[in-house]
Amino acid sequence: MTMRNRPVSPHLQVYRPQITSILSITHRITGVALCGGAVLLTYWLMSATYGAESYANAQAILGSWFGRLVLFGVVFSLWFHLANGIRHLVWDTGRGLEMEQLRLSGLAVVAVSVVLTLVTFFAAYSVGG
Amino acid sequence: MVEFTLPANSKITEGKTFKATGGGNIKSFRVYRWDPDSGETPRIDTFEVDLDKCGPMVLDALIKIKNEIDPTLTFRRSCREGVCGSCSFNIDGTNTLACTKAIDEIKGDVKVYPLPHMPVIKDLVPDLNVPYAQYRSIEPWLQADTQAPTTERLQSPEERDKLDGLWECILCFCCQTSCPSYWWNGDRYLGPAVLLQAYRWIADSRDEATGKRLDDLDDPYRLFRCHTIMNCTNTCPKGLNPGRAIAEIKKALVQRR
Repeated sequence: MTMRNRPVSPHLQVYRPQITSILSITHRITGVALCGGAVLLTYWLMSATYGAESYANAQAILGSWFGRLVLFGVVFSLWFHLANGIRHLVWDTGRGLEMEQLRLSGLAVVAVSVVLTLVTFFAAYSVGG
Repeated sequence: MVEFTLPANSKITEGKTFKATGGGNIKSFRVYRWDPDSGETPRIDTFEVDLDKCGPMVLDALIKIKNEIDPTLTFRRSCREGVCGSCSFNIDGTNTLACTKAIDEIKGDVKVYPLPHMPVIKDLVPDLNVPYAQYRSIEPWLQADTQAPTTERLQSPEERDKLDGLWECILCFCCQTSCPSYWWNGDRYLGPAVLLQAYRWIADSRDEATGKRLDDLDDPYRLFRCHTIMNCTNTCPKGLNPGRAIAEIKKALVQRR
């Protein structure tokens, strides 16, 4: 028998990216990113308890261009995961599951999370520079 | 198990090209081929088809290729009008029925693969034994302990309405094999097609086994591997909504607590 040699038909390799699956995997990735973000937040708070020098050190790392880039990603992850999480809560009530609603709510989640991320950074820069 | 890449025996190579003889309105069909007797890995063959001498649907082209170019091309088909669920393939990147997919909807080459992440028997024919066994496991028939009436089991129009959007499923497994959760956990997750069928019996006012049906589904894998990705609803060639049916099962499990 050739059973054991049967190939697996291609999947990720050939399936055209769908708005449904792209937003779903983004939800998961942003969830993982938020775990990293929580570690960074803890590091920042802990550094303050260790005194002025370690706090200045943490500020320098997080305030560097790379630190800011990472924080930008964390902030986007927060807004996206929150907005899409609300979308999930609505789904759990059995609503918003028609294809057109899914498409529109998905685009809304992306728009809201991008705008809120920019607003957050604009606010942060106008306060802290 | 999550495995993003294809195993060595499943890697796809470039196959043969069958040029069209003479001019005309030429469209290339790139079709997945695998011959169990050859000992080779799968390949993509390219068939040039003159659309002026071919019916409008992708299935028409596949049948024309089989009739006129390569009779060894193997695929399932029967009704050619979207009611039997045999000719489901991954066409132009999404799962659908070849008989209801118009060729002129597709830009560029027409790529035809078997339903994704399934063992291939030959060419476009996947082994569907696992989803069929999963379908069997939800006991898809009317169950009632009370004495059978001497006439029909009556339903109100409202009760009957609940079955609309469920009974139309033709078990083509387009949704089942569009679901990344089913790709990674198809051995334990029942998948959208089977769960839509499970809900079809839960929603039926004449069925008396609702409690047992919900008990059987209340499982981290069988039901709850659904993460509401919704590729299923996006791809269903019959316009049904398996994702919503699954959400209704999850709701019913919460509501009965």
